[in-house]
Amino acid sequence: MDFELTPDQKMISESAAAFARRESPITRLRALRADPIGYSKATWKKMGELGWLGILLPADVGGFGGSFVDAGLILEALGSTLVPEPFLASVVLAGSAIRLAGSDAQRERYLGPLVTGDATLAFAYAESAARYDPAHVTVRAKKDGSGYRLSGKKTFVLNGHAADVMVVSARTSGGEAEPRGVSLFLVDPRERGVRVQPIKTMDGHHAAMVAFEDVALGAEHRLGDEDGALATVERVLDYGSAAACAEGVGILRRSLDMTVDYLGTREQFGVKIGSFQALQHRAVDMFVELETARSTSILASIRADDDDDIERKAAISTAKVQLAVSGRFVTQQAIQLHGGIGVTDEHDIGLYFKRMHVLNALFGDEEYHVARYASLPSFHGGRGGVA
Amino acid sequence: MPKILDGSEVWCQGYSEPNAGSDLASLQCRAEDDGKGNFVVNGQKTWTTYAQYADWMFCLVRTDPQAKKQAGISFLLIDMKTPGVLVKPMLTTGGTPAFCETFLENVVVAGDTLVGPLNGGWTIAKSLLGHERTLIGAVGTSRRALRRVKEIAKATRFGDATLLEHPGIRSKIARLEIKLRAHQMTNYRAIASAQLGHAPGPESSILKIRGSEILQQCFELAMEVMGHDSLAWQNDLGVIPAAEQNIAPSFNYTRATTIYGGSNEIQKNIIAKLVLRLPST
Repeated sequence: MDFELTPDQKMISESAAAFARRESPITRLRALRADPIGYSKATWKKMGELGWLGILLPADVGGFGGSFVDAGLILEALGSTLVPEPFLASVVLAGSAIRLAGSDAQRERYLGPLVTGDATLAFAYAESAARYDPAHVTVRAKKDGSGYRLSGKKTFVLNGHAADVMVVSARTSGGEAEPRGVSLFLVDPRERGVRVQPIKTMDGHHAAMVAFEDVALGAEHRLGDEDGALATVERVLDYGSAAACAEGVGILRRSLDMTVDYLGTREQFGVKIGSFQALQHRAVDMFVELETARSTSILASIRADDDDDIERKAAISTAKVQLAVSGRFVTQQAIQLHGGIGVTDEHDIGLYFKRMHVLNALFGDEEYHVARYASLPSFHGGRGGVA
Repeated sequence: MPKILDGSEVWCQGYSEPNAGSDLASLQCRAEDDGKGNFVVNGQKTWTTYAQYADWMFCLVRTDPQAKKQAGISFLLIDMKTPGVLVKPMLTTGGTPAFCETFLENVVVAGDTLVGPLNGGWTIAKSLLGHERTLIGAVGTSRRALRRVKEIAKATRFGDATLLEHPGIRSKIARLEIKLRAHQMTNYRAIASAQLGHAPGPESSILKIRGSEILQQCFELAMEVMGHDSLAWQNDLGVIPAAEQNIAPSFNYTRATTIYGGSNEIQKNIIAKLVLRLPST
């Protein structure tokens, strides 16, 4: 067993941390909250030059051929200063969908510009009545000659307001929540009939509600097999969860550091408030939660690439539940220990609290993952269980 | 050491005293040089788990009463058959005679049983506590306990189904198992670090805190799943199924896990000071 980073991984981790500190300190998110895009194309391009946007992609499309552990290191660093660029939406979600299901031509056409930082992507899967069930798809893709006509609505599409291309899950057959009958499509948002309504999300990022009104798509826009895309969607969402966990660790680390700094500076009753045992123990409880979330984030990153569905889902759901529990506790207590200033918009801790909530609500919340975990054969005495 | 390995000799730990619990370094048990190359030990130890079965005790004794409290402590090995050693077992709430009081009256111990330098015992004790805390992490024990929770839940009827299918109970079990899996991963991190030759650091306090809480929660959940069956104590008359045997005593005894090895509050003091470096009073 070895959890030491390789020299390459150490380099990735250090350069990502330095990038976050220098190129995108937290003041940047604060300023970009009011911007209609919410991030900068120049910074995205720079991330491409650093090789990060191709971290999960093979060399034939210009990628780095890394593992998800490598991506996790970048995400943790991006989380530490809440870097607003759409790494999660583009690289982790849509990029993985195209890598897993795309033809050679699709991979070349859509992943090439992603790797260089010339394009951003989005993954439109959520629907208003679906809760977190990825099989619950009501957007329809009706056969029309050799192509399709796409109709329906997707909600809260991360980076949907600015993406050059969207990967959209749509039903090509079957009833509304049937596992079979889900397909994926590559959609240019400038296509006739695509209506993008930009929204600001509560964490200062931007997204979109997207309506498709009889959008004509050629057959070459279908990503992967017709009717059989649910497995890809599930894998992509598992990558999303693992990414949320890694980014979350960066958020929790920073939240704890800010809190410990404050406890060592703020004075009341003539002493540093960090000398009070009640507050010390609270800070330690935060530390224990952080390290526990780090443990499960490592587990999720290692298992994210695993083709074994049971091992992967058990690990990802474990990590996502732990992130919810630890994330809530650490960010809530960080605000509590800062006192009144922790509730002001002026103070950064609130920005971390908000982003943490968004990560908890994406890709299946705590309840969803507890239920998914308990439905796996590994929970019922089968292979891969712990009890 | 070979006799520890082959199990022919059993040891007990002589650390705590009636007035040295969380404040272990204030221990008073004295060892004095008799001028003939021996130590003469006088004092009392307590919570010496299973001292009544032990062949030897590794013991913290005060060898320099003038020094700062941590600096006057030595680490001695005492043969439990030596005259002057008296062991009185105590019954725990779990019904086992696990705890003992150990009285030492003019116990003569050969000088060569001193481990490490004279007055250098505290460093050794702290290092041992790091290992002890890792052990108290008890991943395997909790896995076994949680497996029993599931077995009991599966064997218990609830309406037309079993308790394992009761949404509330099932969710509680799944959440605890997830917590255990997370803890197991932290334990793997500690093991991986040990394989690289690092001694358990203050981070081992995390394993102690989480592991002790999880083990308690496993038995609490087992008792909840047992319902009325949890009222039974010993199962002499066969009133409860065999799978539920000894859950009630363990539910009681595991209250000790958050106390022994340095209470969880002491672990938090350690992390606050040595890891987070928070200001002292």
